[in-house]
Amino acid sequence: MTMKVGSRQVDGVTIVDCSGRITLGEGSVILRDTVRDLLSKGNKKIVLNLADVNYIDSSGIGELVSAFTTTKNQGGELKLLNLTKKVNDLLQITKLYTVFDVKDDEASAVKSFK
Amino acid sequence: MAMTEQRVSYTLDSSLETIDSAEEKATRIATELGFGDDEVMQISMAVREGAVNAVLHGNAYAADKKVTLAFERTGNELVITIRDQGKGMDLSKIPNPLAPENLLKTSGRGIFLMRSFMDIVEIRPSSTGTELKLIKHVHGPTAGGKEASQ
Repeated sequence: MTMKVGSRQVDGVTIVDCSGRITLGEGSVILRDTVRDLLSKGNKKIVLNLADVNYIDSSGIGELVSAFTTTKNQGGELKLLNLTKKVNDLLQITKLYTVFDVKDDEASAVKSFK
Repeated sequence: MAMTEQRVSYTLDSSLETIDSAEEKATRIATELGFGDDEVMQISMAVREGAVNAVLHGNAYAADKKVTLAFERTGNELVITIRDQGKGMDLSKIPNPLAPENLLKTSGRGIFLMRSFMDIVEIRPSSTGTELKLIKHVHGPTAGGKEASQ
């Protein structure tokens, strides 16, 4: 299953609902293009909802890091929401859990930007 | 493809499709050998990362270079070998992805993930290519009596 994304606005925060796999190739490119497009349109409060992302490889991890730093460098914030156990475990062993702001419910994720 | 009773090997192109294919083969074979769901995921992800290294960093997508992938059940181990035909890698230049200065790098985690998920990871670079060996011990009573099949 390839990567699919859909975005919506909640109280000035852009929630990006991701599903599928974030892996080398199409999945990573879709995520990169989505975040760049949001930033270019001035949407700098971004939450990646990864509830339906069942697989990420090292390229996908790199893409999450890139999205995080790109957003930060443009004065914005990018947070992660609803990690699956697999993705959570990957962020733990790579120590990226200490880098990302990870939320487990959407309301608190949105509120955390204010 | 060549196959014996306990060993199966594939010769694959240097393409993105090879990476997905290698992962799928690893998932199927590890499942057939009786590994649990978590171990199957670890093995398939390690093979995927190995295939990424072979296709991208080893063969650099060159159409005339191949990746060979072999799965072998030896005693209580699953031994997976991935070879490329690239220039070989300099292991001394692989940074520690957990070092604070490297945490925000967008690449360099593949070998780390392989080492995290497999029991033994051996990397033998040479001027004619790199051989990667990934070994996972077979645990549990359900993993003892089955062999990889095609």
